This record gives sequence, structure tokens and C-alpha cells, in this order.
Amino acid sequence: MNSEAAVGNLLEEAKTIIGDQQAGIRDGIVKSIYDTSENITKDVVSYTSANRVDWDRKIDNIITSPVWGFPIMFGILAVIFWVTIAGANYPSEFLAAQFFWVQDRLTELFWALNAPDWLHGFLVLGVYSALAWVVSVMLPPMAIFFPLFTLLEDAGYLPRVAFNLDRFFKKAGAHGKQALTMSMGFGCNAAGVIACRIIESPRERLIATLTNNFVPCNGRFPTIIALASLFIAGSVSVTIASAIATLGVAVIVVFGIAVTLFVSWLLSRTLLKGEPSSFTLELPPYRKPQVGQVLVRSVIDRTIFVLSRALVIAAPAGGLIWIMANNTVGDTTILAAAANWLHPFAGLMGLDGYILMAFILGFPANEIVFPILIMSYVSGGTMVQMESLADLRHLLIDQHGWTWLTGLSTVIFALCHWPCGTTLFTIQREQKNWRWTLLAAILPAGIGIIICITITALARALNLV
Amino acid sequence: MNNSTPLNRLGNGCCALVTELNAEGLTRRRLLDLGLVPGTKVEVIRRSPLGDPIAFNIRGAIIAFRKEEAEKVLVVQVS
Amino acid sequence: MGLTYQSTGRSTTREIFNVHNAGSELVIALAGNPNTGKSTVFNALTGLRQHTGNWPGKTVLRAEGSFIHGGRHYTLIDLPGTYSLHANSVEEEVARDFLCFAKPDATVVVVDGTCLERNLNLALQVMEITDNVIVCVNLIDEARRKNMHININKLSNALGVPVVPTAARGGEGLSELMAAISDVALGRVVPKPVLVRYSDAVEKAIAQVEPKVREIIGAHINTRWVALRLIDGDTKLVQAIQRYYNDQESKQAEAALEVLA
Ligand SMILES: Nc1nc2c(ncn2[C@@H]2O[C@H](COP(=O)(O)OP(=O)(O)OP(=O)(O)O)[C@@H](O)[C@H]2O)c(=O)[nH]1
Ligand SMILES: [Mg+2]
Repeated sequence: MNSEAAVGNLLEEAKTIIGDQQAGIRDGIVKSIYDTSENITKDVVSYTSANRVDWDRKIDNIITSPVWGFPIMFGILAVIFWVTIAGANYPSEFLAAQFFWVQDRLTELFWALNAPDWLHGFLVLGVYSALAWVVSVMLPPMAIFFPLFTLLEDAGYLPRVAFNLDRFFKKAGAHGKQALTMSMGFGCNAAGVIACRIIESPRERLIATLTNNFVPCNGRFPTIIALASLFIAGSVSVTIASAIATLGVAVIVVFGIAVTLFVSWLLSRTLLKGEPSSFTLELPPYRKPQVGQVLVRSVIDRTIFVLSRALVIAAPAGGLIWIMANNTVGDTTILAAAANWLHPFAGLMGLDGYILMAFILGFPANEIVFPILIMSYVSGGTMVQMESLADLRHLLIDQHGWTWLTGLSTVIFALCHWPCGTTLFTIQREQKNWRWTLLAAILPAGIGIIICITITALARALNLV
Repeated sequence: MNNSTPLNRLGNGCCALVTELNAEGLTRRRLLDLGLVPGTKVEVIRRSPLGDPIAFNIRGAIIAFRKEEAEKVLVVQVS
Repeated sequence: MGLTYQSTGRSTTREIFNVHNAGSELVIALAGNPNTGKSTVFNALTGLRQHTGNWPGKTVLRAEGSFIHGGRHYTLIDLPGTYSLHANSVEEEVARDFLCFAKPDATVVVVDGTCLERNLNLALQVMEITDNVIVCVNLIDEARRKNMHININKLSNALGVPVVPTAARGGEGLSELMAAISDVALGRVVPKPVLVRYSDAVEKAIAQVEPKVREIIGAHINTRWVALRLIDGDTKLVQAIQRYYNDQESKQAEAALEVLA
């Protein structure tokens, strides 16, 4: 007997037994189960005193109110950014000082040992200093931002964000839970892409997947913060500077959200046509996060995560940069040749060849983009040693001619360019279709290039730079 | 039932009993599994700042629906 | 030849599900509604650090960990949260297939103590698939804060399975939970789930379909439940049964070839 068919036959038999009652029976089954749980619950649950204050409802009255809902959302975002920017400053300075002190000692050691120059260059100026930059510039903002975000997540704020924003997503033909997947994207876009599984409809899941990269992940966020702070710092007092930098970062993030909505809208009217599918969202009760534990754990988690990625990716990249900067083709270094080759196109976008190259070399992990840029500037230019973060401003603006346009274009391209290797790999694994993976890379890169070129052309036409 | 209304028409704070689901297939199953079987009491909790979606208390959990789903749930208002 | 689930070991089915354990380890599944603290329980028992978060749907990938209790090894599976097991979504399908085909030695249904009615709905569905159920009433601290009192003994009697109150985040009740898990998994306690009585029409139909199910599938999967799903017109389950049956056959064939080689 063919047992596969037999199972199928059973279904047919069951159908004949039920006959035309089918519809009612389905409902009846679910109802019986719910009735049973209702009865059991009535039996076993009692309240010792009624009329408890419903705090959840009171909090939600404010957090999702038509008047306060959006200002509070923006406010919370801004406060988190501000704490990150203001808080990262000190540890960054401190770490940089420590790391470069150690670098000097390492150099002395190599000299004392009479080690060949290339070995010292590759290991200390390349590998070690890439690590030093990643840890001192990138780690502090990540280690502050991520734990704060985790606190919000633990308290139960994220579903409220989705509740508040859903109307926009619906208008864009997307799913309301995309707000949740975007929130996960702040931590890591690959995690955001995996989180897209909570979206049932394949069409809307794909939209969420393809647009997740417009949320700056933890690896790109510090670049945006660093540039925002660099361009504003120095001109005004520290407090005002971090306030303005915060505003700048918040504007960039909101811009990313706007691009997400626009691209989602575009996709659901072209490639991924369709109606928004059903949407249900549970708003869980607020829960008091275990502040101490969450903070300690996520700081440690982030640190380990960043350090291990730095070792695996930043260190080799640093070595590569050094090799490129110290070997020549014709009469220029490979590094300069590559940058020169990219320069005409990069220039159209308001960038320079080194910046674009840093983005390209940063493909394995976004957190190495800015460190790579610094290193290529340092190794190609006159300044050999960087002693503090204040030198960064000098390096970019005075030595490499950055204007506000360079800064803005770099920030925009950091927000809108191809996803990192890990994210693309994850998209491929989730969607199992290389065309979508390719689109996930081309879409943000294309949009970033177009925006940068437009802004640059405008700024130049209006003589703003 | 003649005096039943779609769930999305009720104002905040209203309570109602489910009479019928105006949906078929998967949507119907999902609504049922969320506990919206006929006779279930539902309370309208709040609307999103932009009016849609709407959050309801269904069997002890706060669950939000978009207008399109909410209007598939027919209810009679109770006090 | 009929469906020969019985003749293949459970280890084959578990291989299909990628559960990594040596045959002697006991497999325990964690099921439950979204956001009831499954991952928190999982972390507390295994010492691992699955991500948790206060929003439904945080866990999308199934996680696996292990713990040792009374000298025995237990493999714990953290399933994604679901509202039901009617396979309306991928998660529901994953959870259902796991309970139905991988046959864990015990299943812990983690329920939210503050929202029992909604959560028992799922527990009752799990109890239709498998007898070896422990209900873990989690978030008991939140329930207390809401001045709720849950009569655990009464609940246990009403369901016919062991019930353990926990506040997993604070570590409360976890040793009791571990003890209950091992009691059920090792057969020291045999739960007798109290099943949902359906309407007369449904019960009559079940009585007609169930013997046929037993004839074809055997007693490996709960026949009353399969009959119920058939009556409900659950084509997905039929497909799943056929799929797993095929997988089993090919695994068996492979095994046979290996013996020959
Ligand atoms: N107060 C309190 N909070 C808890 C307890 N157990 C879990 N939580 C919190 O409840 C939230 C949800 O916990 P998770 O473990 O992520 O829930 P889950 O069941 O795995 O959720 P999904 O993966 O979405 O299905 C988290 O914020 C936990 O910190 C508890 O016993 N007491
Ligand atoms: Mg979980």
C-alpha cells in the first residue's frame, strides 16, 4: 500500500464525514479550546484586592498620545545619542592616549631589537594601529549606545514605536513590524535582517530586508558621530558642541528612516507590488529592566564582539593598508595610485579617492571604514604619528582639505551604501536568491551615490563650497 | 445580526462582544487564534497617534490591528 | 508497507531536526506564547545567553543548550513563541512539527501568569499532541505585583500535568522546574493531560476518523490529535506527515546502504 496516498485519503475521508459543516467546525474547535482555558482560569485565579492602578495604561496614554507620542520618540532617540556622544568622548581620548603610548613603546622595542623596518611598519604602523583606531574611536560609542538601546528594548518601548509609526509603513505598503526590524538594525543590520522573520508576508519581509541597511548599524554609527563631533567641535564650547552634534546625528537617523519609507513605498509600487497584508502587534506590559545587569552584560558583549571583529578584520586590513602605502607602482604608492584612480568619481560625490577606497575596503565590516581612512591619510601624508583625537580635525580639514561638503557626503554615504559582507551573506541565507541579495547591495549604494552627487552639484553650482 | 458593527467603529474605552468574523481562510484562522471567537469580550484601548492601528484588550493582552483587520470583526457594544 | 515511524529510532527524526545530542541525552522543548519568558527560562537553565527582550517575536532562530540534573544530560530547545499550533505561520509550523515529529522527552509550556486564559489556549493544544507536558507559570512576580493569586494545585489538577510557578528572571522556582522536568522525562511522573471536550459533532467525527488514523500511521503520533486536525482540514499537517515519512525512508535507506558497504 502506498502510505503517502493513504494519509492523503484520510483527509478526504474526514472531509466526507464532516460534509458541509466544515466552516462551523473550524470555529467550534478554536472556541472549545478557548472556552476551556477561560473556565480553568476563572477557577484558579483570584485577586486579593481590586482597583489597582493600571500604570501601563497611564504610561501608554502619554507615550502613544497624538500630542506627545512623536516628540517623546524623537526625544528618547536624541537623549540616547547625546549620552553616547558626550559619554564616548572621554573614554575615546583615554583609550587613544593609552594605545598610542603603547605604540611608541612597541616602536622602541622594534628598534632595540634591530628589527627590519618593514616588519615594524607592517606590524606596528599597520596591524597594531588599525586595532588601536577601531578600539579607541569605534568601541566607546558602541559600548554606550547598545546598552542604552537594550534598556529600551527590555522596558517594552519598541512595540510602542511600531504602534506609533505603523501608519507610515502602511502608507508605504510595508509591514508595521518593520519598525521592530529597523530597531534591531541599529545594533547590527545582519541581526535586523534575521529579525525580518517576524514579518509573515514574504513581500513585506523582502521590503524590510532590502531597506534594513538604511538604519545606521553600530559599526557605522560611530563614524557618523565622530564626523558630526569633528566638524562642530572646536568652534563652540564642549556642551553646546555635543548638543549640536546630537542634533546632527538625530537628523541623519531620521533622514535614514525617511529614505527607508520612501524606498519601501517605491518597491511596493514597482518590483514588489501588492497590498499591505494583515498586521497584528501585541503591546506587552512594560517591565522594569534589570538596569545593572543589562548594562554590564551588554557592555561586555559589545566589547568582546568589537574586539574579536577588530582582530579578525581590522588587523589584516591595517596590514594591507601599510603594504599599499609602502610599495610603489611607477612612481606612486599603490595606495595613492588606487586613490587617484577613484578620485574623479569620488570627487563628483563630494568625497575624495581615499574616502571611497575606505568604504570599499570596509566591505567586510563597517567599523573599519573610518580607521582605514585615518590610516591611509596618515601613511600617505606628512604626519606620521597621531597623538590625540584633536589631531584628527587637523588631519582631515587642514591636511586633506575637507570642507563641510566632504563631511556631509561622507556621512550620507556611510548611511547609504552597500551593506557589509556579513549582512549580505545573511540576506542571501534568508532569501536564498542572489538577485535579491544583489539588489540589497545596489539599491542603497545607488541611492547614496545619487544623493551625494546631487548635493555636491548643487553646492558647487550655488558656490557654497 | 442587525445591530452589530465593525470593531473599528467603536470609540476608545468601549466594550463589545464578538458576534461574527467577516473573513475567510488564513485571516479568519489568525483572528480566531488570537482569541476572537464569538462571544469574546473586547475593549477598545487606544488609537495610534495617527488614528490607525487601534489597540484592543483581547483576553488579557493588548493587541493592535490595522483598520483593515478590525473591520472584519463584527461586534455588539455592551456597557 | 505502512508508515513505519515505530521501526525507526527517534534519533533519526531528531537528526532531521538537527538536534545535536548523543542518543542517551534527554530532549526537552520549551514552547509557549511569544514574550512569556521562554528564552529567559532557557538561559537560566542552560547558563547560555540567548537574546531576550520585551517584545513578542524576539526569538526567531531555534536555540539549543544543555544542562545536567541528577547526573543526567538534558538538551533544551528554545522554540519561537506562537499563539497557537494551527500552523498559520512559519513559527507555528516549526513548533508544531518539532513537538509532533521530534517527540521531545518532555515539553515545558512557559505561560504568562498574568495572562493565563490566553496562554492556556496554547498549553491545551500542546497537551493534545504530547502527554509529557510541564506547565511553567512564569512571570509570577508580575502576577503578584498585580495582586493576582494563582492556585497552582488546582491548575495542576485541572490540566492533569505538573505545574511549576517561576519568576525566571529572578531565578525563582527554577530548581523545582528542573526537578519536574526530570520527573516527567524519566517517567517518574506520568502526566495525564485533561483534554478539551469538543462539541458532539466534532467528537463524533473524531471517533470515526481516529481508528483509520491508527491503522495507517500507527500510534507514534497522537491519533486523536491527528484525527482532529484532519477534521479541521489541515492539509499542511498531511503534507508534513508525508514529508517526514519520506525523510525517514531515505535515512533508513542510507543506513541500510552503509551497513552493506
Ligand atoms: N518580571 C519578570 N520578567 C521576566 C521574567 N521572565 C522573563 N521576563 C522578561 O520578559 C521579557 C520576555 O522574555 P523572553 O525570555 O525574551 O521571552 P520569550 O518567551 O523568549 O519571547 P519570544 O522569543 O518573543 O517568544 C524579557 O524582557 C524578560 O526580561 C520573570 O520571571 N519576571
Ligand atoms: Mg525567546
